[in-house]
This record gives sequence, structure tokens and C-alpha cells, in this order.
Amino acid sequence: MVTLAHYLTLSSLLFAISIVGIFINRKNMILLVMCIELMLLAVNFNFIAFSRFLDDTAGQVFVFFILTVAAAETAIGLAILVVLFRTRRSINVRNMSSMKG
Amino acid sequence: MIELVIFYWFAAVLIGCALGVVCMRNPVLAVMFLVTCFVTSAAIWLMLEAEFLAMTLVLVYVGAVMVLFLFVVMMQDIESATLRARFARNIWPGVFVGGISVIELLTVVWVRNEGLPMAAVPQPHPADYSNTRELGEILYTEHVYAFELAAFVLLLAIVAAIVLTMRERPGSKRQDIGAQMSVRSEDRVRIVKMDAEVD
Repeated sequence: MVTLAHYLTLSSLLFAISIVGIFINRKNMILLVMCIELMLLAVNFNFIAFSRFLDDTAGQVFVFFILTVAAAETAIGLAILVVLFRTRRSINVRNMSSMKG
Repeated sequence: MIELVIFYWFAAVLIGCALGVVCMRNPVLAVMFLVTCFVTSAAIWLMLEAEFLAMTLVLVYVGAVMVLFLFVVMMQDIESATLRARFARNIWPGVFVGGISVIELLTVVWVRNEGLPMAAVPQPHPADYSNTRELGEILYTEHVYAFELAAFVLLLAIVAAIVLTMRERPGSKRQDIGAQMSVRSEDRVRIVKMDAEVD
């Protein structure tokens, strides 16, 4: 049978992969946003698995809100990216330090 | 038994596609791998009997958010080669931190778990059980304020995205009400005192 530990292991592997992704792609802003999406997916896995195994629907409500906030974050992140690319012709994160005082 | 086989198959696809997202040089391919990740997760969520959220993930995430990603990636002509030039230099700290975190998480899950992961697998719900109804009943009663706040967050995201990406074209003949209202008469009319001229 598939136990809770299976799901938790899968989600922790997913989370670790996205951490590695953030380290590898720390120049490219699009891939950073994608790695954050993967991280949120791993968190959602935990919530849904616990919701099923502890028989409490509140976990799924949490996932609902996480999806909402993640969609809003993605929309704003991509808008910032479009503006950044329009003004700089580049999405390198290193070029974003020009607002330092 | 068949359930375990299905779970391992989907888990393998999910992990493989996540590695694809992380390692792809081409951003379009990375987005495609992310789409596969979401679809596979929706399948695993169906195994967890979260049907509504699985459908939401496919419809909202794959249908809207990932398409938005794809639009942005394809519209911006990004030269990915320069961004990935120092790919290999950053990989070892990343693998180190990721390895440490996965070891810690797995220790919690498998070693110091107080018997939680081995808890009895719940019985499947009966055929007339509706996950959507269950979720709606709790969402619109107990969590209704959070629901309204979530709607407000989405509205904020819409406004922010539009304001950020809107640009003023130089030749546009748009009416600027604020500028019109703040005009004073002395900016427009100049009264000159002069003697009357007599022929």
C-alpha cells in the first residue's frame, strides 16, 4: 500500500530538486520563478497527503489558497520580468542591483 | 499492489521532469517539463482523492499560468547561452544544500516520525462521495473571510500586472484630466498693460 511516508518522501525530493535549481539558475529570473513554482508544488503535496491521511479537509483549503497566491505571484513576477526586459534587454539577475542606494 | 506500481511510475515521471526543469538550457523546454510536472502531480493528487484540486491544477495552472509563462518566454528573445555559461560553477553548492535538506527531511519522515507515516491507510471514500461538495461546504462557511481575501489578492495581482506593463506611447492623444484641471489662467492668458496708441 502507498503510505504517507511515500508521499512525504516524494515531496521532499521535489523540494530538494527545486533548491538545487535555484542554486544552478540563479542568473535567469524566469527559471528562478519556475523553481519557486516547483517548491510550492512540493508543499502542496504535503498538505494534500496529510489532509487525506488525517482525514481533515482543511488541508485542501490551504492548498486552494496556496494556488491562488502562487498564481498572483507568478503574474506579478512575469510583469516585472517584462518591464525589466523592456528597459534592460536582459533578464540577468546580476543587472538588478542598480537600485542600490 | 497495482496502486504502488502506479504511484512509483508517476513519482518517477515527476522527479524526472523536475530534473528536466532544473537542467534544461532552453527555457521553452523547461516550461514544457514544468507542464508535465503539474499534470503528473494532478494524477498523484487523484490517487489522494483530492479530485477538485487535481482538476484545478490542470485547468488553472497548466491552462493559464503555464501558458502565461510560455508567452513571456517566447516573446522575450532571451539568449540562454550566456545565462547558462557558468552553469557548472554553481552546481556543487546547490547539490550540497539540496542533499543536506533532503537528508534532513527524510530523517524526519523515516527515522524520527513517532510512527506517523506508518499510520493506517484510510479507506477509499464511497462512490457517491463528492470532494467538491466537501471542499465547498468548508470553504464557504468556515474559511469565507480567507476566501474573500484570496479574491482581493487576485484583484491586486491583475491591477499590479496591468500597471506594471502599461506604457505611455509618445504620440498618443489621450486626454489627461489631471493636467486639464490643474491649468491656471495665468499659464494660458497673458494680460499686457500698455498705453493706448493714438494716431
